[in-house]
This record gives sequence, C-alpha cells and structure tokens, in this order.
Amino acid sequence: MPKKLIVDGTEIEVEDGITLLQACEMAGAEIPRFCYHERLSIAGNCRMCLVEVEGAPKPVASCAQTVNDLRPNKDGSPNVIHTTSQVVKKAREGVMEFLLINHPLDCPICDQGGECDLQDQAMAYGIGGSRYQENKRAVENKYIGPLIKTIMTRCIHCTRCVRYMTEIAGVEELGLAGRGEDAEITTYLENGILSEMSANAVDLCPVGALTHRPWAHNARPWEMKKTESIDVMDAVGSNIRVDTRGAEVMRILPRNNDSVNEEWISDKTRHVCDGLRTQRLDKPYIRRDGRLVPASWEEALALVAEKLKSTPPERVGAIAGDLAGAEEMFAMKNLMSGLGIKSIDCRAPGEVLHPSFGRPSYLFNSTIEGIDGADAILLVGTNPRLEAPVLNSRIRRRWRNGGVSIGLIGEQAPLTYAYEWIGDTPDKLSELASGSHMFSGILRQASAPMIIVGPAAYTRPDGQAVLAEAARIAAAAQEGLQTGRAVFNILHSAAARAAGLDLGLVPAEGGRDTAGVIAGAGAGEIDVVYLLGADEFDMGELGQAFVIYQGTHGDAGAHRADVILPGAAYTEKSATYLNTEGRTQMTQKAIFAPGEAKEDWTILRALSAEVGKTLPYDRLQQLRAAIYKAAPHFQRLDEIGPHGDDSLNQLAERQGSLSDAPFVNRIKDFYFTNPIARASGIMAELSALKAEKMSTGQLRAAE
Amino acid sequence: MLADKDRIFKNVYGFQDWGLEGARSRGAWDGTKALIDKGHDWIIDEIKASGLRGRGGAGFPTGLKWSFMPKNDPRPSYLVINADESEPGSCKDREICRHDPHLLIEGALLASFAMRAHTSYIYFRGEYIRERERFQAAVDQAYEANLIGKNNVHGWDFDLFVHHGAGAYICGEETALLESLEGKKGQPRLKPPFPAGCGLYGAPTTVNNVESIAVVPDILRRGATWFASLGKPNNTGTKLFQISGHVEQPCVVEDEMGIPLRELLDKHAGGVRGGWDNLKAIIPGGSSVPCIPGDDCDELTMDFDTLSKHKSGLGTAAIIVMDKSTDIIKAISRISYFYKHESCGQCTPCREGTGWMWRVMERLVKGEADKREIDMLWDVTKQVEGHTICALGDAAAWPIQGLIRHYRHEIEDRIDTYRANHAEAAE
Repeated sequence: MPKKLIVDGTEIEVEDGITLLQACEMAGAEIPRFCYHERLSIAGNCRMCLVEVEGAPKPVASCAQTVNDLRPNKDGSPNVIHTTSQVVKKAREGVMEFLLINHPLDCPICDQGGECDLQDQAMAYGIGGSRYQENKRAVENKYIGPLIKTIMTRCIHCTRCVRYMTEIAGVEELGLAGRGEDAEITTYLENGILSEMSANAVDLCPVGALTHRPWAHNARPWEMKKTESIDVMDAVGSNIRVDTRGAEVMRILPRNNDSVNEEWISDKTRHVCDGLRTQRLDKPYIRRDGRLVPASWEEALALVAEKLKSTPPERVGAIAGDLAGAEEMFAMKNLMSGLGIKSIDCRAPGEVLHPSFGRPSYLFNSTIEGIDGADAILLVGTNPRLEAPVLNSRIRRRWRNGGVSIGLIGEQAPLTYAYEWIGDTPDKLSELASGSHMFSGILRQASAPMIIVGPAAYTRPDGQAVLAEAARIAAAAQEGLQTGRAVFNILHSAAARAAGLDLGLVPAEGGRDTAGVIAGAGAGEIDVVYLLGADEFDMGELGQAFVIYQGTHGDAGAHRADVILPGAAYTEKSATYLNTEGRTQMTQKAIFAPGEAKEDWTILRALSAEVGKTLPYDRLQQLRAAIYKAAPHFQRLDEIGPHGDDSLNQLAERQGSLSDAPFVNRIKDFYFTNPIARASGIMAELSALKAEKMSTGQLRAAE
Repeated sequence: MLADKDRIFKNVYGFQDWGLEGARSRGAWDGTKALIDKGHDWIIDEIKASGLRGRGGAGFPTGLKWSFMPKNDPRPSYLVINADESEPGSCKDREICRHDPHLLIEGALLASFAMRAHTSYIYFRGEYIRERERFQAAVDQAYEANLIGKNNVHGWDFDLFVHHGAGAYICGEETALLESLEGKKGQPRLKPPFPAGCGLYGAPTTVNNVESIAVVPDILRRGATWFASLGKPNNTGTKLFQISGHVEQPCVVEDEMGIPLRELLDKHAGGVRGGWDNLKAIIPGGSSVPCIPGDDCDELTMDFDTLSKHKSGLGTAAIIVMDKSTDIIKAISRISYFYKHESCGQCTPCREGTGWMWRVMERLVKGEADKREIDMLWDVTKQVEGHTICALGDAAAWPIQGLIRHYRHEIEDRIDTYRANHAEAAE
C-alpha cells in the first residue's frame, strides 16, 4: 500500500518496504552516506545518513529504517521527515568530524583523491576545521593480494568491502577484527584474497584505504579521458569505462548496466589493461628465411593477396578468433565468400553450435537478468565462475536469496554456492531426460527452471547429441510453464561468438570447420590459413600451410604466422559485439592502435582491393549499413534481437550417441584466456599466485 | 524498610542451601503447575498489573514487553535471559544465579510459558565461571526432578540452555547478545526490527534481565497487588541494590523501590565512610548513568522516576558511593576508559568518540587543558549521544555530562592549578 510522507515540505507517495533514504532521494533530498550501498546488505554503521523524523526521540539512520517502520501519527497525518534541519546538520557535522579525527590528511598523495566520498562529503557536510588535539591513530597496512593496495590508516570502517567479499564475491576472507577504535579490516593472517571478482571491493571503498595496486600513483582521475565501452574478456559483455591518458589505457572501470553486469566486473576485465601495452604488433611482418622481419603494408598486403589469388579456394581456410568484432568478421566473410572460399568458421575447434538450429540454440535465452527469478538451475559442462565470473555472482546472489536448487553435470569446482553434483558424464543427461534422476523432478516442478550449457558440453565430438539431450530436458521442463519463459541457455566464453554465429561465420556447404581447417593444414590439404585473431589452438598442427595472422598481440598465432597484419584491440576501435544473450553492444575507440596497426575491417577492405574483389564499403558507416541489412538486430544497441519463430525442436530432434567421456572444462587458467591477458604482467602474477596457493592447498582450504 | 516476609530473594547471601531442596523450603517450585494452568494471558496480565519494570537498566515494563510477542507465529519463540552482567558496579545477577538459581529457573519456565516459548537461553558473562557452573548444576537438578525438559510435570515442554559468553560488555546489549548467542561477533543489530519480531535465529525473542525473570514466580504466587503495594506508584516492588565504594559495608541487599538513599546506605551499608556529610557524589545505577552530587542526595529516593528527574537513572541500582577523598575527574576518566575499551567499533560516533573523550578526560585529570575544551568535550558527548546504533554511545557520554554538569568548577580549578604550576616552566 503506498504511504504518504512529507520530506522537507514535499509530500510524496512511496511504495511499501523502501528505506527512508530511498524515500528522501525520491523527494529530491540528498542524503550523504558511506556504509550504505544499493547492492550490499545494510550495515547502518557510518551514521552519516541520519535524518530527523518528527516524533522520534533521536535522529534516525535513514538507510536502515523502512517507511513501514515509521510510527503512524495519531491523527493519521503523514510522517514528516527533515533532511536539512539544524538537528540533521549538527549530527552530520558530528559524524564527519568523528570520521576525520583519525583519518590522515594525506589527500595529496592518495590515489582516491578526486573521487573520494570522504573528501566530497567533508566539503559538503563538514565543519571545515578540527577540534581534535590528540594523536591520530595509525594502522598497519595489510597484504591482501596483488590487486588491492591497503593504506589502512585511511579506513573508516564502513565494512562495504567485507560485505562485498562475503555477499557478492562469495569468498569469506575479509573481516573486521578487534573492537572499538582498534577495529581493523583484515584477512585471516594477511592471506591474499583470490577471487575473480576481488577488485570491485576497491571501487566500493569510499576512501583511499583500498586502492588498485597496479595503478598506484599512475594518474589522477581528472587528467584521464573517459570512454564508455564494452568488455571482451568473456561473453557477458560487461559494460566498462576505459580511462586513458595520452596514448595509454590507464585503467578500466565498470559501468552500471542492471541487465548485464550491474556494477561489477571481473579482475581480468579490469586489470588486463597493462596487456594492451605489451607484446603489441605495431607493424606488418613477413617471414623471410624463417624469420619474421618488418615489412610495409604494401608488401604485406601484396603478398597475402598473391597467396589468396594463387591458391584454389578449397585449399584456403579462414578462422575468426574469440575477440573479433562483428564488423571484421562480416568483412572477412564477404571477402572470403567473394573469393569462393567455403572454409570459414568463427568457432573453436570441435564446437558444434550452428545457426541452422535457430538462434535459441546458441544463446543465453533466459537472459542474465532471468537468473534473478530462476528457481532451479542445471549447469551442464560449465564452470561459470571461470567462464563468466559476473554471471556467476548473479547465480550466487540468487542462491543466497534462497529457494533455488542448483545441479551440476560436469567437473566439480568451487562455484561460491552450494550445488548438487549430479555427475560428470553425458549419460547423466540421459537420466535427467528420461526422468530417472531426482533432479529432473526438480526441473519439471520448477516454475522458472534454467539449463545452462557451457563450452565443455558443446565442444566435443558428441556435442550435438549432448545439446540435443539438453534441449529435450529443457523442453520437458518447459511443459506446463505458462509464462513461456526460455529454459535452454548457452553460456559462451568468447566475446565474438554470438555475433559470429548470427552473421553465419560457419563453413558453407562443402567447407571445412575450424577443426577441419587445422587438420587439413596438417595433412597438406589446406595451403593457406587466414587467422583473424585466432590463437586458441595448437599452432603446431597447422603443418606446412601459409599462415596469415591478423591480430593485436605477438601470441601463438603471430609466432606461427608467415605474414602478420597488425590490428586494433577492443579499446582501439569501435566494434559491435553480441554477448552470450545476443545483446548488441558496441565498443568505442578510446585510443589509437599502436604504430602502423589499423582497425581490422580496414585491413580486410584494403586486402579486398588488392585481390581485386573490392568490398562495397569505404567507411565504417557503410559497412555497418551492410551488416544491418543482413542482420537488422545489430543496429539496436543494448537490445536482444528477436528469435523469430525459431524453437529448439530442430535441436531436440537430433539423434546421436553420447560418449562416456567426462566433461572437461575448457578454461585451464582463468587469467590466460586470450592474447591480451597472456601479455599482461598482472594476469601472470595472479596466475602464479593462484597456482602457488593451489599447490599448497591454501586456496582449497579457504574455499 | 522491607519486611522479611516480603523478601523475594531469601538466600541472597548464600547462607542456606542453593539446591533444589533448599529452594523448595524457601517456597520455590510451589504450585507452579497451578500458575501454568491459569494460562498464558493470565500470567502476562498479572505481570502487567504488578507494574514490574525491567531490572536490566532501562526500566521498560516487563509485562508490556512480553505482550509484544506474536501469538500465532509459525516460528518458534525464544526467551533469552541476560546474565551478561558487565556494568561496573552491578553484581546482583551473580548472587541470584549462584545462591537462588531455582527462582530463576522457575521464572524462566513461567515467562517462557507466558510468551509461548519452549526454549530459553541464558547468556552468562564470560567472567562468571563459578556462577555458570552453579547455575548449570541447578538446571541439571531441575531436569532430573522433571521440573523442566520434555514431558515435565508442568505440562509445558521447556528447555533451558546455559551459554557462556566471552566477556565483552557490549554483549549485554540485547541484540549484540543475540548475535553472540548465534555464534557471531557481538555487535548490536539495527532496530527495527525489534527482537520480538525478529530476534534469535530470526524468530520472535524476548530478552530479559535475570532479576526481572527471577521475581516472576513470587509475583504470580503472591499476586500482582502484593508486588504493586510495595514501592512507589510506577516504581513498584522490591529491588536488589548493590552498594559499593566508600561505605563501611559494601553489600547487595533487597529492599523496596523508592527507598531513600540515606536510609539504604545507613541501614544496610553502615553509612558513608566518615559520615553522611563526607559524601561527595553517588553514581546511582552503574557506571553509565550520570553522577549526583552529595548535596542533592539528602532527600533522594531510589526509583526510576525520581532519579531521571535528577538527570540520572536507576539503571541496575548499582550505587557507587564516593566520599570527599575522591578525585571525581579521575573516577569519570576511568569510566571513560572502560567505554573506550568496550566500544564494539561498529558505528562511527562511538568508535571514534569514546577514544577522543577519554583522551581529553585524561588531560583534564592533570589539568593539562584549555578551559574551552570543557565546552568542546560537552559538545562531543552530545554528538555521540543518540547518534549510535545501541546505547553504549549514550553510556559513554552520560558520565562525562554528569561530571561537567556538577563539577565544572573542579575541572576549572584543576586547569588553573596546572597553569600556575607550569607557569614558571613556560617562562
């Protein structure tokens, strides 16, 4: 029932259950706060948000009281709240003074300077001086890992970091030890935190107690250019902001998008940016006498064009990698098709997803937001904690809220929530499909079931049979659901994949898929392989083939290449990506690609002119117009394109025999999943730390 | 003065048998079944009529508190008894627990029955080791005699669990106590929700002081009118007073509410050391309430309303008596140190303010301060008071406010003396 309130003289009507703080904000009042955060539990400990409620004996912490808790006035008139009265002003000044008496005056050397809540609120609500004459408290800094630098004297004990780690990241490693003025935030025995999501705690810190160690003292917030963009480290498509100074990406921060990443990003997304500076391909190379030597663009393109023209199309293969944008994939498809080349693929070797089964067969149909309403989740061949950490934290939150059953068929792993481990072989899927396993009952009775199928399930020889079985389980679970909710979900781990499948980057009739191209090259049946940023397979299997590598980093593909065409990373171009849901999003160009490197689609456009099959677009807008013509949903940003009349029937009808090989997770090292991450020193440090902790059993004990 | 026949705690000095036999001979466990047969609501109404106010310090009417418990809730209800008696000066609950434990056990059964709880926890202060052992022995006796437990003779299944805390003052705050009881760090919870709606393990809970529960059987047996006839209106019944400090014979004694302070000290504690005129000040209700200067004590009666009129409080009725040899500034400074030490560190004003106040107090003891710092200290206490989650902030602020209110001249003298003594050095 809506309730009437009068906030600072403004009468408003508010919904049941919201806090006074929210109500005051709805009325346009500004309420300062340190400990309160929308996405964390309420602590009510900073006391900055005190407001005056008429009739209450003391000022009230507005973050911690709901409008229902207000005692109704005897005459039935609405409760009156003051946020600017003398009482409130005095209380805020008091709290501000208490927070500052033991806070060091080191703003000039503090990395939080310029984006510090304490600084801002001290200006707005403080008294501008100090009456404190005693010695200030000093607190020893704690080591809590390579990402988070601590200067604990600055800590104001709001416990946001503790609540974040416990509630969202799911690693109960931070805590408030000691009491009174000796209370300190610490990990147990100063153990480093190892979570894929740990660095978000730094964003939450309202002061400079936790800062980002990799960026320490590198730049001030106000001297950086901010570009809103999209992350490509996984297929969630987290919204990010790229902060640059000059020609360098200084840092990557999350951007809020409630449908995708809320306001979290993984540590890889955030701290991969040093990888954008190292191992970069900044000029074209040609292999001469077994050595890669720098060359001009003209030489390199001429050589590639000559190879493509002189080789019969059936002896050429083109593979798009995990980070490729829709624009370059579309251009590559047009170019290769124009040359009559049929062996085009955007998938990893052995991956069986295919657009011919319809769009729902390769997308996360329930949507990421749909996790919030799920009451039964079956994970098949996936480790979401490594494949999509942000999405995993949503599942964790769903689990924390209670009332959800989670089952896993696949490798057992600590996922930060409890799940029922059903098994790790495909025959468990058959048991679920036939209804002989207990969990199938849970799925059928659920009102919002979800089946999440990961790379370990669809990247294997019997992948189509596995997908078909999963689709049948989904169909059975969907029966009787009135809402028409989608049940079947594919969790991609590569940012490029959904767009690639939407654009049809799969072999044409008679063409070879990725595994076929690699095998063909090894067997001497393929002479030329064009790699568009494809690095995630063993280059040694390419045999004697002539390899053209278009990409950003001196990684596996570049080392094997005969010609290198330097391209642009995701921060250096505007490119379209579809996340695992099929949501269209676009990166923006924050800086220029280094040296002579060019935006990828322009390389393909130049090459097309060289081979005499000039692509019909000279500008990005023209290329995009062509894409939109072929796939109109690409122009609707932040929307999930329509699935049309497609259903999963086609997939579910497929038959095939399941092997008894267990599902094996594809991600062996979370910190090394793509060329940018492999070039990052911080990722290497994290990887080594995790390996060390794993070997000593510390991590397992902590989990 | 309380007549012997009206005494509830007949073994407060432990001269008699604490066990079941002794307790029975003093009237405990007599007709308990009949009381239970009168029903839940009868008990609550009777306690309401008796005018019993909570003995833990705040003086909230006990019957009213019980009536807040939901009646048809699918969750279990709990009674939690607060035996975390940590307020400096207070020492009454330990006497009940070790000398008259069966009164408390019987009271726990009756109170739990009244609020439809089948389970009760008692939370002992960490330092109360022997008390806990003795009480546990008494609980075992009651179980053995089938007075409590499943299918007991009273027809109301009832379990009483003894929990031993780790010795933190803050765990005497009811919600911090619940946190600690749940195995978490003892930090007060935000209210609302109040324990009656969402308390221990998220279920309806009432937290009562030991004394509040231990007097219940006698009130029910002798009738609410008997209890209400003792003491003063709105301050009824008997009370355990704990007299410490500069008296001839410090003691714990049961007497009527509203007894004049002078009578209490003279009759039971042998009077103030050096005579009544040697009285400098008293702290009437445990260290957290403001002190009252001796001049105001002549007509002072010991009850909730009178003491709050004197801007102090009855608290736990732990009277700390200070004669004229006392350095009152130093005494209050020591109390400040206690609150600084026991602040849980959760919320800002208390965490930062208690340390600040103590440090200023330490300087005031020496006189090493500026006179305007007295006003500043007053202001700081006002910024702590009422701005915190629990009442520890208030408890830390009040003693200093009492000091400044009544002994400002002494602080100023101290500062002047210090200045005079150090004037030469400064030159």
